[in-house]
Amino acid sequence: MDVIVCVKQVPETAEAELKIDASGKKIEKTGLVFDINEWDDYALEEAVRIKEKFGGTVTAITVGPEDSDSTLRKCLARGADKAIRLTDPKFEGSDAFATAKILHSVIKTMHFDLILTGAQAGDDGSAVVGPVLAELLGVPHAAMVKKIELGEGKAVVNRELEGGLEERLEVKLPALFAVQTGINEPRYVSIMGIRKAMQKEIKVMRLSDTGLNESEVGESGSWLKIEKLYVPPVEKQAEFLQGSPDEIATKIVEILKSRGLI
Amino acid sequence: MDFELTAEQKMIVETAAEIARDFGPEYWREKDKKHEFPEDFWKSLVDAGFPGILIPEGYGGGGMGMFEMLLAMETLVSEGCGLAGEWFLCLSSIFGGASITKHGNETQKEKYLPKIAKGMEFCLALTEPDAGTNTLNIKTTAAKNGDEYIINGQKIFISGADRAKGTVLVTRTTPVDKAPKKTLGLTLFIVDLPNPAIEIIPIEKHGIHYSKTFEFYINDLHVSKENVLGEVDKGWYLLLDTLNPERMSFSAAACGLGLLAIKKAVEYAKERKVFDAPIGAHQAIQFPLAEAKSKIEAARLLNYKAAWLYDRGQECGAEANMAKVAAVEAGTEAVYHAMQAFGGYGYAVEYDVERWWREINLIRLAPVTHQMALAFIGQHVLGLPKSY
Ligand SMILES: Cc1cc2nc3c(=O)[nH]c(=O)nc-3n(C[C@H](O)[C@H](O)[C@H](O)COP(=O)(O)OP(=O)(O)OC[C@H]3O[C@@H](n4cnc5c(N)ncnc54)[C@H](O)[C@@H]3O)c2cc1C
Repeated sequence: MDVIVCVKQVPETAEAELKIDASGKKIEKTGLVFDINEWDDYALEEAVRIKEKFGGTVTAITVGPEDSDSTLRKCLARGADKAIRLTDPKFEGSDAFATAKILHSVIKTMHFDLILTGAQAGDDGSAVVGPVLAELLGVPHAAMVKKIELGEGKAVVNRELEGGLEERLEVKLPALFAVQTGINEPRYVSIMGIRKAMQKEIKVMRLSDTGLNESEVGESGSWLKIEKLYVPPVEKQAEFLQGSPDEIATKIVEILKSRGLI
Repeated sequence: MDFELTAEQKMIVETAAEIARDFGPEYWREKDKKHEFPEDFWKSLVDAGFPGILIPEGYGGGGMGMFEMLLAMETLVSEGCGLAGEWFLCLSSIFGGASITKHGNETQKEKYLPKIAKGMEFCLALTEPDAGTNTLNIKTTAAKNGDEYIINGQKIFISGADRAKGTVLVTRTTPVDKAPKKTLGLTLFIVDLPNPAIEIIPIEKHGIHYSKTFEFYINDLHVSKENVLGEVDKGWYLLLDTLNPERMSFSAAACGLGLLAIKKAVEYAKERKVFDAPIGAHQAIQFPLAEAKSKIEAARLLNYKAAWLYDRGQECGAEANMAKVAAVEAGTEAVYHAMQAFGGYGYAVEYDVERWWREINLIRLAPVTHQMALAFIGQHVLGLPKSY
């Protein structure tokens, strides 16, 4: 089983104080800590488990700046065999569509049985790179995947739906699955893995290696343009309930019921 | 001078931080309260290969140095594990791993190192009730009897002896009065545990309740001469290769505990308001923490230097002891003032700082007492007359 995992390095934003930069379209990067996108972490783990069970290779691939190497090294330390970084100043400003085109240009030349991506990225949350890439490659895809069982030429996957539902699908291979967090429990990078990772090469590819031209990537190759990034103004949402404790409790139950929460 | 960590070292720090996030203060509060060994924490460290950091690659380890070990320990401690982030690695990887890597013969290395790298627990039986700090005065004797030795004696404060599958046991093979020099006549043995000739009794202690420390009685323990670690009668000199990295480990723990306590105190002092401004705005809260932080950072650098020397096989005793003195003072100051910043909550178990206080209190007493580290510096670094 040859598995390709698409990974992205993103800022850790859960506890950081985010600031918008002067362009008004990006966040200020200084002071932020970057790491592998959480969803991709699960995708990588799933790929390594598949390799451990069925043999084959795992290739991690990213479109990103030079410092994405730390994310790729982490993938190599966790068990990926190869890593490819697609870096070019012309790639900057790519939306999900342009990013998928860049990934496609390289992946279409590689052998694969399965492509795994995260269901979304923690920074832009667009959640479409995987599906667009699958379309470009002409392979089936499933998103929000919570479980993968591999069979002969096909896979059975569980997808997470709204309202606590799950859907079970049979999918022909090769295919692309965009995985949801919780599909497995990612392992820690190990000391031996770190040692091995340092001996593996990260292949760097530029625009000229992709067969794409300038107009197909970056902002000019994108369908979406960011107009403005901003912190939404805080709205008054607090409502003070009056009355005796019993009355307040009754009102709370009514509100929760009206919102479908209980 | 290059202070930039290598990609490899950065990954060690990141992994350590990740493990520490999964085993944060709440976990340790519980383990400490229940006097319970942290099985899942230890399993995680083993899965991540941390006990093998110092073990050569040929024996299934990472083949890295003490510097990498310190980075791992410091991060585990400071990112939430407290002393436990250093303690268990010290018992297994320093007492077992470093001792055998440095002085074991081929058979011993093959027998123990791959297992230690995979989580075999170890302990060090050095301290004795009647010798204390005066190690050369130990009474545990190993008498030669054909191809074996018969060992008798008593040790005290032997940590982890209940779980350890092996111990480095420090004995006298030549009595002090018959040895050409006081420093000659000590011999180290590797002994598999548990052993019917060794009885252990737990000592109730002030903190670190997730690990037990024991009185350790040895009655007619027969061991083969194959169990001698290094050369007979030269044990004192060999022991330094274990005791110096042990010291560095505890300096890393002191710095880590200080950093952890400061971080928590800063978070608290930003939020807590009793008069107009948050308490962190008061110099009386802020300055002692700032001072402790500065001293910790200085101690860390000195400790790194000690490790750097050790990793190059150079003399590192002066740096290891000076780093220990600096780290204990800085770390203790940090935890003290962190507790002060918490006010009454500093005394409540729920706020963790009282546990770190109990933990850091050990480091001025062991592995070497604060006074004895100072005595070493006075005598061997400053060249003053021996003070005792
Ligand atoms: C929790 C815990 C775990 C431990 N784990 C281990 C272990 O795993 N293995 C092991 O072998 N040991 C272990 N120890 C033992 C520890 O290393 C010793 O307790 C320590 O070395 C001090 O020895 P002592 O307690 O006998 O103190 P003593 O030697 O009796 O000293 C008492 C006091 O007198 C001071 N003093 C003594 N002589 C002088 C002098 N010449 N000049 C100035 N001051 C002096 C000391 O500094 C100290 O303050 C542990 C101890 C503790 C508390």
